Amino acid sequence: MNPVLKLTDVTRIHGEAPHEVLALRGISFEAHPGELVAVMGPSGSGKSTLLTIAGGLDRPTAGSVTVEGTDLAGLGQHGRARMRRTSIGYVFQGFNLIPALTAAENVALPRELDGVAPRRARAEARKALEEVGIADLADRFPDDMSGGQQQRVAIARAVVGERRLILADEPTGALDTETGEGILQLLRARCDAGAAGVLVTHEARHAAWADRVVFLRDGVVVDETGADRVDVLTGPGAR
Amino acid sequence: MSVKHALLALLEQQPMYGYQLRAEFEQRTGTTWPLNVGQVYTTLTRLERDGLAFADGEDGEGHVIYRITDAGRDEVATWFTTPVGRTQPPRDELAIKLALAVTVPGVDVGTVIQQQRSATMAALQDYTRLKRQAAAGAVPDAGADDGSGGADLAWSLVLDSLVFAAEAEIRWLDHCESRLRRAAAGGVGRRNARLDEEAPARGAR
Ligand SMILES: Nc1ncnc2c1ncn2[C@@H]1O[C@H](COP(=O)(O)OP(=O)(O)OP(=O)(O)O)[C@@H](O)[C@H]1O
Ligand SMILES: [Mg+2]
Repeated sequence: MNPVLKLTDVTRIHGEAPHEVLALRGISFEAHPGELVAVMGPSGSGKSTLLTIAGGLDRPTAGSVTVEGTDLAGLGQHGRARMRRTSIGYVFQGFNLIPALTAAENVALPRELDGVAPRRARAEARKALEEVGIADLADRFPDDMSGGQQQRVAIARAVVGERRLILADEPTGALDTETGEGILQLLRARCDAGAAGVLVTHEARHAAWADRVVFLRDGVVVDETGADRVDVLTGPGAR
Repeated sequence: MSVKHALLALLEQQPMYGYQLRAEFEQRTGTTWPLNVGQVYTTLTRLERDGLAFADGEDGEGHVIYRITDAGRDEVATWFTTPVGRTQPPRDELAIKLALAVTVPGVDVGTVIQQQRSATMAALQDYTRLKRQAAAGAVPDAGADDGSGGADLAWSLVLDSLVFAAEAEIRWLDHCESRLRRAAAGGVGRRNARLDEEAPARGAR
């Protein structure tokens, strides 16, 4: 089966010499349909960088990223933006909700931008809000919600419509354990239904919902649990 | 593990024979701590010797039924109301291994930690899968009132215990790793290795 997401030898250098930061060092990474992959690693190891590059929000310094077989670099700005709206659901480490829009409007926005009729987009948004357990907050504004509630809106926005790739950066951060498990259940269900998911998390108990857990250190994958075990400890990561 | 007390506690519920006791035990704890029937019968013999239970005839199929005594009930009550001993922590092979790894020369402690973390993570994935299966098979909100609902609950609590233990172990390994890295970096509280840190400090006076 072709991967939904494929990163090949991706390197990302932030900033300029002499203060450049090598955030990712030649990472190759795949997520297949039906697969949930967790990414773990200490703060600063490159997890968010990996995710933003996978989502077309940032571009690699070297290497390639393909989503459903399409090379993001060849897409151009518009193509990437379209890909982000239609194929990729993204939950940011900060929630990134638009304060002037209600919860339902925030969730419906990417669908409307993509030409889905407003009424249908709203209906989808309500359904997604229901799935994350906050249907009753549909007409609230982000400022009038708790952190955990905003987080759930952000998750609803990422799963609304038929996204093939769901990227979630610490989606359980502001949630209590039970609500957090609920979110994992939702991500898991989306992947079981055929989407590919990448979940960045500090919590081992949440990573354990994944089919595969990838460990990042200083921009390098040092180990991996799951389907195909690879012994990368002797690879470029070992110093 | 106290097989003796576990079996006594089961007998307090109702009189049972050996195979039945084993089945009831495993319904609550899965195959996490497998009991063989031999172990069950030796324990029953000991319970009888100590006056905590007694063989009370056979059922229609020739199984010897054991019944708890009053002394047995007292014993169970005491067991439940006494905390599990913490004065002498169980020997922890991993802690001992790491304690030696950091002191014996030539051991790549980073690799020891990473390999253990992957293994523990894989176990945690397994427990989580079992939990999901249990949740999918269980009637939501099955109370402890009917026997099977109670056993489901017991099994899911045992799984939770394994999940918490694995999680704690991973956190501890993360902690060991970051302490070792800090120590290796010369005790300065650096959070991450950086390119510019690998070069000697520029403009040092
Ligand atoms: N825009 C940027 N400019 C310069 N450096 C950056 C930039 N973004 C990230 N970095 C650096 O790249 C490295 C990787 O950062 P990243 O945000 O990917 O880490 P992370 O693993 O997500 O950490 P956390 O767990 O704290 O979220 C860090 O050292 C960070 O300081
Ligand atoms: Mg991050």
